[in-house]
Amino acid sequence: MREEKKVLLRCEHLVKEFPVDRKRAVHAVSDISLEIYEGECLALVGESGCGKSTLGRTLIQLHEPTSGKVFFRDAEISAMKPAQFAQYRRQMQMIFQDPYASLDPRMTVRDIIAEPLVTHKVCESKEAVTARVLELMDAVGVPREFLYRYPHQFSGGQRQRIGIARAVALNPSLVICDEPVSALDVSVQSQVLNLLKDIQANYGLTYLFISHDLSVVRFISNRVCVMFLGKICEIGDSETIYRDPVHPYTKFLMNAIPIANPHLREQEKTLLEGEIPSPIDPPKGCRFHTRCPYATDRCRAEEPALREVKGRQVACHLV
Amino acid sequence: MPKKSNPLQDDFRTEMAAEREALAAQLGESDTFGDKMRRLASDNKLAVFSGILIVIFILMAVFAPLLTPYDFDEMDLMARLAPPSAKHLLGTDELGRDVLTRLLYGARVSLAVGVIPTVFSMLIGVVLGMVSGYVGGMTDAVIMRLADVVLSFPSLLLAMVIMYTLGDGITSIFIALAITNWASVARVVRSETLSLRETEYVEAARSMGVKDMVIIFRHILPNCIPSLIVLFTLNVPSAILSESSLSFLGIGVQLPKSSWGLMVNMGRTYLYNAPWLSLVPSAAIMLVVLAFNFLGDGLRDVLDPHLKNS
Amino acid sequence: MEEKLLEINHLKSYFFTRKGVSPAVDDVSLAVPKGKIVGIVGESGCGKSMTAKSIMDLLKYPGRIVEGEILLDGKDLTKLSARERRRVRGEDVSMIFQEPMTSLNPVVKVGKQVREAILTHQKVDRAEAKRRVLEVFRQVGISEPEKRYECYPHELSGGLRQRVMIAMAMVCRPKLMIADEPTTALDVTIEAQILKLIKTLCETTGMSCLLISHNLGVIAQMCDYVYVMYAGKIVEQGDVFTLFDHPRHPYTQGLLASIIHLDEQRERLSTIPGMVPNLMHLPEGCAFCNRCGQAMDCCRTKKPELYDLGGGHAFRCFLPGESEASHA
Repeated sequence: MREEKKVLLRCEHLVKEFPVDRKRAVHAVSDISLEIYEGECLALVGESGCGKSTLGRTLIQLHEPTSGKVFFRDAEISAMKPAQFAQYRRQMQMIFQDPYASLDPRMTVRDIIAEPLVTHKVCESKEAVTARVLELMDAVGVPREFLYRYPHQFSGGQRQRIGIARAVALNPSLVICDEPVSALDVSVQSQVLNLLKDIQANYGLTYLFISHDLSVVRFISNRVCVMFLGKICEIGDSETIYRDPVHPYTKFLMNAIPIANPHLREQEKTLLEGEIPSPIDPPKGCRFHTRCPYATDRCRAEEPALREVKGRQVACHLV
Repeated sequence: MPKKSNPLQDDFRTEMAAEREALAAQLGESDTFGDKMRRLASDNKLAVFSGILIVIFILMAVFAPLLTPYDFDEMDLMARLAPPSAKHLLGTDELGRDVLTRLLYGARVSLAVGVIPTVFSMLIGVVLGMVSGYVGGMTDAVIMRLADVVLSFPSLLLAMVIMYTLGDGITSIFIALAITNWASVARVVRSETLSLRETEYVEAARSMGVKDMVIIFRHILPNCIPSLIVLFTLNVPSAILSESSLSFLGIGVQLPKSSWGLMVNMGRTYLYNAPWLSLVPSAAIMLVVLAFNFLGDGLRDVLDPHLKNS
Repeated sequence: MEEKLLEINHLKSYFFTRKGVSPAVDDVSLAVPKGKIVGIVGESGCGKSMTAKSIMDLLKYPGRIVEGEILLDGKDLTKLSARERRRVRGEDVSMIFQEPMTSLNPVVKVGKQVREAILTHQKVDRAEAKRRVLEVFRQVGISEPEKRYECYPHELSGGLRQRVMIAMAMVCRPKLMIADEPTTALDVTIEAQILKLIKTLCETTGMSCLLISHNLGVIAQMCDYVYVMYAGKIVEQGDVFTLFDHPRHPYTQGLLASIIHLDEQRERLSTIPGMVPNLMHLPEGCAFCNRCGQAMDCCRTKKPELYDLGGGHAFRCFLPGESEASHA
């Protein structure tokens, strides 16, 4: 199994709340501790509002954590001053969901990919910047002749490649991919996923892959972390979890995916009832108990802690 | 980086094949200002014509003494309110002064009053608006309340107060108009900044560690430009008209000097028996205002990358 | 053959822009039998939504129907007067959209919005209309309908909003419901609920449904008959089992191959190279020839016709119909 893996990023009891008014707050991330190992791809999976994007952004200090600590290698980046953090910033880059919104429409491809290079002054001259940009364009499969084109002249998949080039420009160690393919067409989606996998291998990257799509996650990730309403439900090797999901929520999530095989459709599916509770006022006890058909009194009263079950960590009283 | 032949690139090439030729011309070149102007010239004849018109007006204002045999305050009491003739191309006013001459001299004041205070009010408005929108919090509250105060005050009254304080003269007009006009610019820029601040590309820049000041100038300001151009083309005419109101109230340009607004107002009395007195400067104002509007539209289009050779 | 409720023959809807003509819907013929769910699947820009909008008369300038007929119960919708069309729209055919937030007016209570749908089309008094709304709310699985009736759209979750949209579409008991990506904006667990709801409604009321989606999973789970669209044309059609078991068009095959299955770990995904083409610069021959691994010379010069394989299965391709070997 996985031993002797070096931890790249680690968070302890991370909490992020966004105040709504004086009394209430959105509990986006509630007391999460996890490790990201070097060279792996850890996927954060969950439905909208489960806090997966916020967790990703808080880990790389785009949001300031409400409480808790984040360590990069062994340095506590959550306690650093901005000036001190600057050198770590370039180690952590991000790929965004919407390829139409994440590129400045008034900048050329060259300027977009060059922005991190210029910001961190890694190249000595303008020519060196351009050379590096061209190199990156090769790597992601954007032909060199499009150097001075504007983002709107590209299709979604091409734009996402430009976004990927920008994210790897500084040779980061960690790349946060926030739903990088969910806005793309089916046929383009697989191209970009293959590219992400190649880039990871070629540059030796570690990915934190945020997605709501379990099939995409299945392809790209080594480890999966299923989240519900700011909490981790289940975390472990993808192989283990996909073969045998243990947490009721994970089971329902996998069950709900429409399978592209008409022969399987007559099977009666058990569907999850109801809607996702509000993160402003999350249920007491296990946060999933309002939707969970197996919930007991204990689930309603006591919050389950993560514990080892069948080779992965699960937060549920019933397993 | 290990590099094999890249099959991905072929995907792009096939898709872009139709645009290949246009592309070849562009190889390795960025889109310069000259390119933009050439595009403007080929796409939008009206904008080019408007630009030329504005230049002509400016030249006429500058070279006014060379273009007319009369002085701007030279009176010919024998030919009062004379209709347009070969001697006086646009007629004369109630004191027998040549209207064309006064129009040319008046253009100096009116064009300057239209452009200079507008530029300053936009500068103030853009800076305060962007800071207000980007920083938020207390700064935002203070700047916006200040803007509210300026906006809630009748602008003419405010300008009059300023003029009385500073005294007559063209500089005072500039200052008065700049102070009364920045607030609406700041409002617009602030709301643009608020929405731009939330875009993913600004977040992307922040995630790269780009400094806030750089983000403001690199990502937010350029994306405000379309609205700024529209604002500019609307504010220039309104400044020209404000000046005429001030002059009419006797605190702007003083007779015997002339400005277009002043001419319109002085001519009102003779609208029935000498309509050219008001109509000629009105037509000049209208032409300049329209020219600025058309030029603004054209500029906005060429400066917008979305519309570029797509 | 089953009785057809909707029949579209050689429909062409073009967009006339300054830069040229864009054939968003190019000679599309399809049929929706009574009581069945028919799917249109394709990528963005393939014309699937435009086909739906043509039926609903929702094409916006510069787009318009150039030719073709849309027969609903034998009546050609394209030949009706504006007034008649308005009646059909909403009463006989209704549509639900992808984004339930923007499809509802944010400042009007949802109950009132649904009630309006009844009042515009039928002569009933307000009390009766409200009673009917509550009944439909119950039918689409909205709990506490009286309470929800008084809610504003922003007070409801995405899933509930989509249920309200479905209620609005159902309230006049249409014969056909067009669902344009009804679950794309929703979470998986909610998506499953909504899909099940649509299916149940079709089964219990005998309504037909034209379901538009880019998601092959959704199509496989829901539809009886499927049309695959690419660049404004139907490239393959067939009943759902034939199509998923024996896809014949290279595009359909590519789409099905790029699906990720949860029960297997794969090193690489198979892809369809290239991008969805720009409708204004389509290749001279088959629109798919640039991306097709099996393209031949004739594919680049001639446009293929639909090749009928019998049993309702047809595909638009030059690949010899006889040789089954290449994709057994």
